[in-house]
Amino acid sequence: MHPEKWIKTDKNGLYCKPLDAYIDPMQAVNNAIITHAHADHARGGHTNVYATQATLDIMAIRYGEDHAKATYALEYRQMQTLNQASFTLFPAGHILGSAQVLIEYKNQRLVHTGDCKRQPDDTCEAFEAVPCDVFVTEATFGLPVFKHPDIEHETQKLLDSLALLPESCHLVGVYALGKCQRLILALRKLGYHSPIYIHGALLKLCQLYQRYNIDLGELVEVAMLEDLSILKGKIVLAPPSALNDRWSRKLPQVMTAMASGWMQIRARSKQRRAELPLIISDHSDWHDLLRTIEEVNPKEVWVTHGREQALVHQAQKMGYKAKALSLVGYSDNEDAFVDEEKR
Amino acid sequence: MRNFAKLVDSLYFINSNKAKAGLLINYLKTTPDPDRGWAIAAIAGDLHFDFFKRRVIKELITERIDPLLFDLSYDYVGEMSETVALLWSSTIERGIKKDNPDTINAVPSLHDVVTMFKTLAKKDVKPYLAALLDALSPAERWALIKLGTGGLRIGISTRFLKKILAEYAKECTPNNAVDIEQIERLWHAVEPPYCDLLAWLEGKEKRPETSHKLTFQPVMLAHPLLPSDLDKLDLADWQAEWKFDGIRAQLLRTEKGAALYSRNGDDISKSFPDLINKVLSTDLYGRFDGELLALNPDKSNICEKDNYAHIASFNQLQQRLNKKKPSKALMLEIPVGFIAYDVLDTPSCEYRGLVLKERSIALANLLQPYKHIDVYPSELLAFATTEDLLNLKTQASKLSNGYIEGIMLKNKLGKYVAGRPKNQWYKLKREPKLIDAVIMYAQRGHGKRSSYYSDFTFGCWQDGQLLPVGKAYSGFTDAELKKLDTWVRRNTLGRFGPVKEVKKALVFEVAFDAVHPSNRHKSKVALRFPRINRIRWDKPAGEADPLENLIKLIAN
Repeated sequence: MHPEKWIKTDKNGLYCKPLDAYIDPMQAVNNAIITHAHADHARGGHTNVYATQATLDIMAIRYGEDHAKATYALEYRQMQTLNQASFTLFPAGHILGSAQVLIEYKNQRLVHTGDCKRQPDDTCEAFEAVPCDVFVTEATFGLPVFKHPDIEHETQKLLDSLALLPESCHLVGVYALGKCQRLILALRKLGYHSPIYIHGALLKLCQLYQRYNIDLGELVEVAMLEDLSILKGKIVLAPPSALNDRWSRKLPQVMTAMASGWMQIRARSKQRRAELPLIISDHSDWHDLLRTIEEVNPKEVWVTHGREQALVHQAQKMGYKAKALSLVGYSDNEDAFVDEEKR
Repeated sequence: MRNFAKLVDSLYFINSNKAKAGLLINYLKTTPDPDRGWAIAAIAGDLHFDFFKRRVIKELITERIDPLLFDLSYDYVGEMSETVALLWSSTIERGIKKDNPDTINAVPSLHDVVTMFKTLAKKDVKPYLAALLDALSPAERWALIKLGTGGLRIGISTRFLKKILAEYAKECTPNNAVDIEQIERLWHAVEPPYCDLLAWLEGKEKRPETSHKLTFQPVMLAHPLLPSDLDKLDLADWQAEWKFDGIRAQLLRTEKGAALYSRNGDDISKSFPDLINKVLSTDLYGRFDGELLALNPDKSNICEKDNYAHIASFNQLQQRLNKKKPSKALMLEIPVGFIAYDVLDTPSCEYRGLVLKERSIALANLLQPYKHIDVYPSELLAFATTEDLLNLKTQASKLSNGYIEGIMLKNKLGKYVAGRPKNQWYKLKREPKLIDAVIMYAQRGHGKRSSYYSDFTFGCWQDGQLLPVGKAYSGFTDAELKKLDTWVRRNTLGRFGPVKEVKKALVFEVAFDAVHPSNRHKSKVALRFPRINRIRWDKPAGEADPLENLIKLIAN
């Protein structure tokens, strides 16, 4: 039976009838399959939550141990039967614990990617192309203007600036989950072994990553310092909302950087007042979105959110049947997601 | 080209003025002539020719990329140069380029680029530009396109640039440096790539000779003043004049001829040959700062005696401004006049060093004989108290069909200083008019607001239907902008290209300076300088104003 018959979208998000479950619902529901723990995909208050162990651990940090009545930790590639259908999680390469969901029902296979990335990332398992009939993808960076450079290249820009302005405290805006840890790891790989100073809001998630054996090196919470002048010439990471906040005013000679895929657009950097834009994204750029569709080679492409119109158009040009689901509620951009984090 | 692009890129992102000055001075020190002069001209917006038209850029990119993807990208990025700079990479990777045999390997110098575009035959511009874009990185492409289309806006005002040049002069010759006022006066007489100017600043050459040219000199500008701040002024030291709603202009007459400049120094003489010729027919000489106004052809006197009934609307003036070569008929239909606020110099006297009190007397005497050519001295208004001033401000709207915007207050003891000196000139604008209108369409903004829905078309009711009456882009805070953006996304009804039609449910209180009859809108009215005064989240759309309320506000 064609997935159009058993998948629907409503105000809560994407619903699968035979599973009687939502994927990444925006409201509290009975059965929720969570692809990853970013705040616009994972919310508290569901009755049953199905996700990877890492995703459940992050949700517990963010929403408390009792964020759901019951949680079910699933391994990648392990099929789970629920009501009349079954589903399986596969790595999405987006952040720690991130997963795609394969749903199988009446000889049809539908894959929902959540958010995904193709660039190498040592903080999570690499994306795996899963053959399917219907491929449900995001399009956050779904325009040909988006081309994410290598993270090494962008991270080197930060180190170059540090060498050029050795007296400046380099304050980098990073999303607390994923971007923060990935940037730290990239710095370590480029041979930066000094302590990295972090805003308190990043602490717990960094500790969690370290429990997952991701070696982030020496991290020091800024609040623990008595003398902030030692931050001259050091790297400080903070959530984007803290960049232009009172918090950052106490830092010495600040050079403001921001790590985000949006930094490719000049006006976005200006809106953030980022003097050193670092184009680092945990999403697929245009080229990778197209490559992924080609590799998966489904019969049909559905686009959840982002620049749907462009990706649908391009997928159709490539010979696929394609449509936009126009799901509301997923943050159209990471900025909105940050505002949520702040609350 | 590479170093120039790097400079422009850094200047674009750096916030602190001190850091910007450091970057620029370092560039001046390390870059040879004539590259550095071209760079200054580009940043100051004084490269008065386009290397290529925006159309050429658009053609190049649409030949290489799917038109819908281009439109969507442009809509999203909100800026043509950046859209093309980013999209160009995908055309190279996908192997679509190779239609260009003359590939460029080494990136040429800025001077070479400027010279090439200046000398290339029209048909050769496109292939050269394409080869150049292939050779550059996205950031460099962006700088090239901005440079080439004359739109390099990177948050550096010409004034700031001149300050930096003065700073540079001081570093070069600490004891005998050229100051900013000297640079200001010379600025419009020298031309890119400014080798003579830079040599003078460095103390290597004498001041460039300029007496043989007609050139603009920078004007003195006013600060806004709140009525509540009037009490802080000692009124005996201040004089009041009308603030007219035309355009600020500088009228120059020397032995070499006559010219009219906008306040930014653009030569607008060609649009106003009637006024220029009238000036040339007399023996009026000197440099005058004033307001250029459209006049009614059927009334004969601009002056105070008949309440300035002779003045026509800004809309009328705009029709003249838009024409580089006005027809006889248009000049008869919309004649123009000049109300002089100040005199800067005459062949026999330099007035800028005198105080305003003395300049005003001189101005009145100088212009007394020239009313027949529609050049008048600005009227000095009588007042004794702050209350008188506020009354004058109210009276302003009633005179001259509403073409007086308010009053100016000027310090009688001040000299004429270019720029916006403190505590010298103030403008006291009349209160804006207000109307409640319903937002109908939204479009993404440009520049800093790209990707946010920030440009709104709003309408008023007529026979149960909304008719668009204007567009506004300003008046809200960044937080309100985000809220509006979300509202637009949630309440979209349809799409016409980049324009979104929204649910007719949100009311803006719109402030504006005046309403004029217009044929551009279906509503037959046009607002002057509309901006959003308040967002009325609370007000039902049905309670917004009917169109007839706006029509009633049309002057007369």
